Amino acid sequence: MFFQKDLETMPREKIREIQLERLKWVVDYCYRNVEFYHRRLDEAGVKPEKIKQLSDVQYIPFTTKEDIRDTYPYGLFAQPLKNIVRIHASSGTTGKPTVVGYTRRDLDTWSDLVARLCVAVGTTDEDIVQISFGYGLFTGALGLHYGLEKIGASVIPISSGNTEKQVMILKDFGTTALVSTPSYALYMSEVAREKGVINDLKLRLGLFGSEGCTPEMRDQVEKSFHIFATDNYGMSELMGPGVSGECIYREGMHIAEDHFLPELINSDTGEVLGEGETGELVMTTLTKEGFPLLRYRTKDLTRLNYEPCKCGRTFARMDKIKGRSDDMMKIRGVNVFPTQIESALVGLPYIGPHYQLVLRREGFMDTLEVKVELIDGSLLDEYKKLAEIQKNVRFQLKTILGIDTIVTLCEPKSIERFQGKAKRIIDLRSENSSR
Amino acid sequence: MTTRQLSVFVENKPGRLAEITSALAEERVDIRAVSVSDTADFGILRLILNDPDRGCTVLRAHGFTVSLTDVLAIRINDQPGGLAAPMKLLSDNGISVEYMYAFLTKTEGAASVIFRVSDSQKADRLLAEHGIQLISEEEIRNM
Repeated sequence: MFFQKDLETMPREKIREIQLERLKWVVDYCYRNVEFYHRRLDEAGVKPEKIKQLSDVQYIPFTTKEDIRDTYPYGLFAQPLKNIVRIHASSGTTGKPTVVGYTRRDLDTWSDLVARLCVAVGTTDEDIVQISFGYGLFTGALGLHYGLEKIGASVIPISSGNTEKQVMILKDFGTTALVSTPSYALYMSEVAREKGVINDLKLRLGLFGSEGCTPEMRDQVEKSFHIFATDNYGMSELMGPGVSGECIYREGMHIAEDHFLPELINSDTGEVLGEGETGELVMTTLTKEGFPLLRYRTKDLTRLNYEPCKCGRTFARMDKIKGRSDDMMKIRGVNVFPTQIESALVGLPYIGPHYQLVLRREGFMDTLEVKVELIDGSLLDEYKKLAEIQKNVRFQLKTILGIDTIVTLCEPKSIERFQGKAKRIIDLRSENSSR
Repeated sequence: MTTRQLSVFVENKPGRLAEITSALAEERVDIRAVSVSDTADFGILRLILNDPDRGCTVLRAHGFTVSLTDVLAIRINDQPGGLAAPMKLLSDNGISVEYMYAFLTKTEGAASVIFRVSDSQKADRLLAEHGIQLISEEEIRNM
């Protein structure tokens, strides 16, 4: 099944031709419309005319998350806000979000690309789709929402949370497809089982994203929910969901190569890697008007495969994300950086600046424990007050991270200190998940 | 007449109480009364010492988070109802007891209790007016 078959099955030469034409356009467009890129390209001595073939993309300097942060909030927008019709944001490293804008045409492209990946796994206009991603600044929910509406599916914008209600709606509304993180889907299936309604559901398909999904996890969701589980990939900087997605064969995620030019690089050296090698995914947007990016370092580690797929699609496929090239943690679908936690903790009364993060998987939900040291004893006399300190830390973290944490007060100097780069994260999730 | 109690923050892990009591012993600080209470994550150790200032310095030097709190120490008759009278007195006057613990002394026929109340000054005055015997820090030092 295809949403735009002629585009999705173009021969490689045709893809390259379109990519080159659009690459020339986007470099010139950025040079003319974004002061940051004008300066960057001048500094690198790359005039837009220098791009004569696809491999010339390598002359262009990388764009990083820090560049987006440094130009917060609108510095990388290539259109005046008058022409921007939607603004999204995702969590950043310093508490400041990464802000992205879409023109009307960008939104139209976005919903096309989401429609492609939904159709590729068998979603149709007969489907009743429950979107259990949180609606709001994050791109996940609204991205899927408009793509699914475009193919004529019946969309239930339930958003995240309130699992019992989610299960009730799954059953009562006859939901056939679920959009969520895989871990939340697993949790929902457990609740459905507890409620004794697991066999009354019409659910057949899972469109999962926003966090990595190992094959083991996928198997577990499928068994637990009796569904066909599929994975898709995106990030708000690039657009949101729709960048790539699996087809029914699930042998990699098809990248929308007519809108994105993928490259793989060695994270340490920046050297471009060949097909089949594992490296950091670097993407150039080829058609975006509101927020174009040249050679954006996604920090996601994967591999590219240019073989046409059994399904007939010719776009390059990327493997499931193997990891991150930096220390960002993905917790229940939310990006969390240790530096964000640090910025939340520094300056809080009664506690010290040292911290340790322990990630666990309880059931199928990720939990984040934040250990901090109680260094000021003036509130020590009463539990209430200590509990208030804990609550305050938790609240601060929630404000910045957007997720709930477990805050543990520890004795002074009980948290390990590091000279140089601190190893503050203890990730026990893979150990636990093998249970 | 209040007396000072040392509160120590203790993580729930083995050996912590041993470390605190050893540190005090090494510096010849004597423990007169002790109470420990805990939640799932941490505990608060409350100590009445012969020398609270010294105890505070010693434990801080060992890296503990400590604080000094004013509490009331009273001596009551060691008989049924001995504790009921002061409790009723506080309650009738709107003073709540946040926590309390008993205290061993060598005086025959008497028992001692440590209280932390919502209003120490008022409680102090009330107890004294009703002839309830308060124990001073000086007295504790010399026990």
